[in-house]
Amino acid sequence: MLTFTIRRLILAVPTLLFISLMIFLLLELAPGDPMAQVPLTVPAEVKEQMRQALGLGEPMHVRFWKWIVQFFWIEPQVLIDSMFGTSFSEGDLRVISWQTRSPVMDIVVQRIPQTLWVVGTAYVVAILIALPIGIYSAYRQYSWFDQAGTFVSMVGFSVPPFFSGVLVIVIFSVNLGWFPSIYDTTHRVSDWDSFVVQLQQMIMPVMVLALQITAQLSRFMRASMLDNLNQDYVRTARAKGLSEYTVVMIHVLRNSMIPVVTVIALGIPAIFGGAIITEQVFKVNGIGQLLITAIQANDLPMVQTLTFIFAVLIVLFNLIADVLYGILDPRIRYD
Amino acid sequence: MKIKALVLGAVAGLALAPAAFAERGSDGQVNIIYWQAPSILNPFLSGGTKDVEASSMIIEPLARYNEEGKIVPWLVEEVPTVENGGVSEDLTQITWKITPGITWSDGTPFTSEDVKFTYEYCTHPEGGCAQVTKFEGVESVETPDEHTVVVTFDEPKPFPYGPFVGGESPIIQAAQFADCLGAKAPECTEANFNPIGTGPFKVVEFRPNDVITMEANENFRDPAKPAFASVTFKGGGDATAAGRAVMETGEFDYAWNLQLAPEVLAQMEEGGKGVAVAGFGPLVERLMLNNTNPDPSLGPDERSVVRPHPFLSDPAVYRAMSMAIDRPLLVEIGYGKAGKVTCNWVPAPEVYAADIEGCETQDIEGAKALLDEAGITDTDGDGIREKDGVPLKVVYQTSTNAVRQDFQALIKQWWSEIGIETELRNINASVFFGGDPGSPDTFQKFYADVQMYANTFNGTDPQSYFGNGLCDKAPRPETQWQGENISRFCSEEYDALHRTLTQTADADKRAEIGQQLNRMMFERGGMIPLVHRGRLSAHSNTLGGVVLNVWDSELWNVADWYRKEGS
Amino acid sequence: MTDRDRLVPDEGLAPGSTAVPAGAGPLEEFSDPPRSQWRDVWDQFKTHKGALMGGLLFVTIVLGVYIGPWLWTIDPTHIDIRARNQGPSLTHPLGTDQLGRDMLARMMAGGRTSVSVGITAMLLALGLGSFIGVVAGFYRRLDGPLMRLTDLFLALPLLPLLLVMMLLFREPLNAAFGPEQGIFILIVCAIGVTSWMPTARIVRGDVLALKEREFVLAARSIGTTNTKLITRHILPNVLSPIMVSATLGIATAIITESSLSFLGLGFPPDFPTWGRLLFDATDYLQQYPERVVWPGLAISLTVLSVNYLGDGLRDALDPRIRGR
Repeated sequence: MLTFTIRRLILAVPTLLFISLMIFLLLELAPGDPMAQVPLTVPAEVKEQMRQALGLGEPMHVRFWKWIVQFFWIEPQVLIDSMFGTSFSEGDLRVISWQTRSPVMDIVVQRIPQTLWVVGTAYVVAILIALPIGIYSAYRQYSWFDQAGTFVSMVGFSVPPFFSGVLVIVIFSVNLGWFPSIYDTTHRVSDWDSFVVQLQQMIMPVMVLALQITAQLSRFMRASMLDNLNQDYVRTARAKGLSEYTVVMIHVLRNSMIPVVTVIALGIPAIFGGAIITEQVFKVNGIGQLLITAIQANDLPMVQTLTFIFAVLIVLFNLIADVLYGILDPRIRYD
Repeated sequence: MKIKALVLGAVAGLALAPAAFAERGSDGQVNIIYWQAPSILNPFLSGGTKDVEASSMIIEPLARYNEEGKIVPWLVEEVPTVENGGVSEDLTQITWKITPGITWSDGTPFTSEDVKFTYEYCTHPEGGCAQVTKFEGVESVETPDEHTVVVTFDEPKPFPYGPFVGGESPIIQAAQFADCLGAKAPECTEANFNPIGTGPFKVVEFRPNDVITMEANENFRDPAKPAFASVTFKGGGDATAAGRAVMETGEFDYAWNLQLAPEVLAQMEEGGKGVAVAGFGPLVERLMLNNTNPDPSLGPDERSVVRPHPFLSDPAVYRAMSMAIDRPLLVEIGYGKAGKVTCNWVPAPEVYAADIEGCETQDIEGAKALLDEAGITDTDGDGIREKDGVPLKVVYQTSTNAVRQDFQALIKQWWSEIGIETELRNINASVFFGGDPGSPDTFQKFYADVQMYANTFNGTDPQSYFGNGLCDKAPRPETQWQGENISRFCSEEYDALHRTLTQTADADKRAEIGQQLNRMMFERGGMIPLVHRGRLSAHSNTLGGVVLNVWDSELWNVADWYRKEGS
Repeated sequence: MTDRDRLVPDEGLAPGSTAVPAGAGPLEEFSDPPRSQWRDVWDQFKTHKGALMGGLLFVTIVLGVYIGPWLWTIDPTHIDIRARNQGPSLTHPLGTDQLGRDMLARMMAGGRTSVSVGITAMLLALGLGSFIGVVAGFYRRLDGPLMRLTDLFLALPLLPLLLVMMLLFREPLNAAFGPEQGIFILIVCAIGVTSWMPTARIVRGDVLALKEREFVLAARSIGTTNTKLITRHILPNVLSPIMVSATLGIATAIITESSLSFLGLGFPPDFPTWGRLLFDATDYLQQYPERVVWPGLAISLTVLSVNYLGDGLRDALDPRIRGR
């Protein structure tokens, strides 16, 4: 397994480089203009000058190479500098966003806390709710609990966040006035009271997001458990006199985890990616909102950098999932 | 009175300040929400309205427009004119006298050198300055002494108030931006995010595309202002949410540009925490008529380039199309109190607006009669009229936006009643308004027969805006599809009349020519104006001093804002 | 699932399986004709209450949106501006929208688009995902390249990808199939091509585990070809995650379609779809709550009905349950 992991990690480097090239080409090909949001009152010649100032005049391969150098060579230096107070990166041009004319990575770092708070919490909450629901629904298939769970999760999944988000805002912010409708990203948690404030502003986006994730996870958990509950080894285990708890929670669960692990591994990069619509609705302004505004403004360095970071996470977590398969089911071999 | 107080504040001191806000920072915190988040606080590098307005709380121009569109002195003692000797007789020179005693928020004095530096910064050839048109025709900016700025133009300017006037042309500090000229401009993140200004507030923290925290500028020229000690300027979300936060939940005090259905707005106002206010600039929602042939079977260099359009060039057709539209209904459905019926391309300032008959009433029968008379009838019985065998089928495109899609549906129905078939298309705004020459869906390419959008101009002088109707400004392949004459309108008379306008200095004559140009554009099939749109913003009931200004930044008088008593 | 598994062939879809006692040689399994099996499946399906209800509901929805417009003949795009924002009444059973268009007619027209897009796109994504998942899981040599392809597709930003697809294919498809058919194909492909990856990953994970199981070994040892092995033994055993993906996929496709149209990438603006009706009505949530209820309900019911259908089908196809 170790050699497999190492081999995959080495292989990840060319994969990621190829992905970054594909992303770059895709963004180049996509129609759009970084000057689209500049008002129509600014004449075309001025817009052209502004484009030149952004470096759009240079040929494609030069810009790609620049990005590669900036991202893989200069940005790590900046990181080292900020950790050890050295000055390797002095005078080097970092990856600069076209919208803000500031280093992309600084903004990303600025956005991570709120994304982790909201999307991360939603994921944890969803996993904590979904797994027990899935397990119990499968164990008592077609009981009222299962039926209710199915109903709620399917409705929850079919209602898009652009609607459910607004609905909870209207109920809890406008009518009841319990929670703020706008997330304050500058809020700092320092004591109990400020923690309560943080909870209040988190609760609605977390609710909306967790509903979606729970629905998805619990369905896969339930289906997978159902597949395994009727297997012969379960009968054997019961026949051996193992307690029902051990049978279900150890034997069946372990064998049912593969699809669930896959779904969770697919979801973790999405945590960092943020939840675009939910973040928009609640003005969380995390990474998801950063990405969508960058796409709308055609801020290519920003989009390129963000999507590349997601690509790294996707490759990484899919690798982790593959390793986990091997641990969950030792018969799975990769070499 | 307020403006005077602001300008003379440093000199006259407390005496002129209204009693309501006697002390700086006494009213605590004010929350502003813009649903488009500012991404930079240097308007020279962005040009986006959100960025210009956010930065207008921090950096200021020498003079700006007030809510009536009049120029008022801001950092200067008076507005230079020919009468007071500030503008030379030959209209090539304007002399600004800076009010003595103004300081930057870091305490250093504000001098004419800063003004000159701003000119150099923006006109640097490698800088890519978004506001460079403000300095069009400027030959030199000189500083005889530290309170005098002399701007010389290369030709007589009947309207010399381009440079350093209005929210788009503020003064930045020479000391802060000295190393940020030209290609280095984007590297100055610190300066671009935290500009030092002369305005009532200064930046504490700027989070791009998210939130700005500001606090009162302790070196502001009026010691009694601003009334608020700190500002939270949040960005992001959508107009509905912003309106809700001000009028229904009361979390925010001011929300910008709420383009919402009138009903939704009315419902929000019932929330009782705030009110919506509207102001009208020259923004007009219009239908542009393609004067060239957009037939897809034409090659890329001929499509929307060769003239004429197979049927839209017939006066009967475009007049009938205009007559079939019920403008009051459009206003009622789409804009409510933020809209007015208009048939003028430039409806404001009012002196330029022509009085066009029949604009208010829909006349389907009249439109039919007009088409019948012109011999454009339905010859093959499919319900669609033909002109010389070409059926009247139009492609009608616009950007994606709920109100615009409602308009499309309504207009499609009205046109079908007079025998014109319409295919609707909506395009992602960032593609539609983006000038990407590789995309077929930009509004400049205009690969459709009719398209709808809104446009406006800055300041109060429409001369260069009227220039958008000139023949040689039509977008075409040779110009990389750039150019402002989107409808490809072309008329020798129009071009001649516009030339006269550029040579006329007399205000009444200019107004008269403006009216004629307006009329010509409408009656000769350049466009069908639909709605004169206002800017609609909302403020909470407890926020006082808001004066909605459509000619300048909405936050132009934020120094005068205060918290109302009893709240 | 280690040593507890005895060498029992896991029959899956293998015909006549219930008749064969455990431990019997797998050889004769393949001699029976498959007819009896499908009857078994149907018998089991009939007794599944949820599946029947789901099926009934689904048929009702499909009939409603396809046959409905023949009975309810109001044009969904006809604007009657005097009758705007009306509540439910006899002339307009579901009320009217902000331009006075009949909501019932719009729901039916919207349903036709949403249901067709939802199902076709889901089938496409599912087909692609299952195929790639099974192939990657089964053939070790293809696993690497196919999974890296999946990573690539997962990483590509959705919106620019869609913009590029629109740019490249809209005109040729419009020319070949006409504007409506062309945009339908484009949207279905766009959704399908951008949403197969999770299914592929999930299916592959299961296949990796399955192919090491004893019944696969057994089948292989009697000389079953790879194709047969996949279709008869592997596929039936990964059916349940595929079914879950299918139900979730329909909901995702319907909602993705709506996001496409409000980005200006989807159907023409006067073309109602459920997702779009829901989006448009969200602004009027407080004034006319019924207007969000109809499309929201329709999407949920469709997804629920497909979910129950899938449940029933899965149970019916599972020989171990079928026997009971």
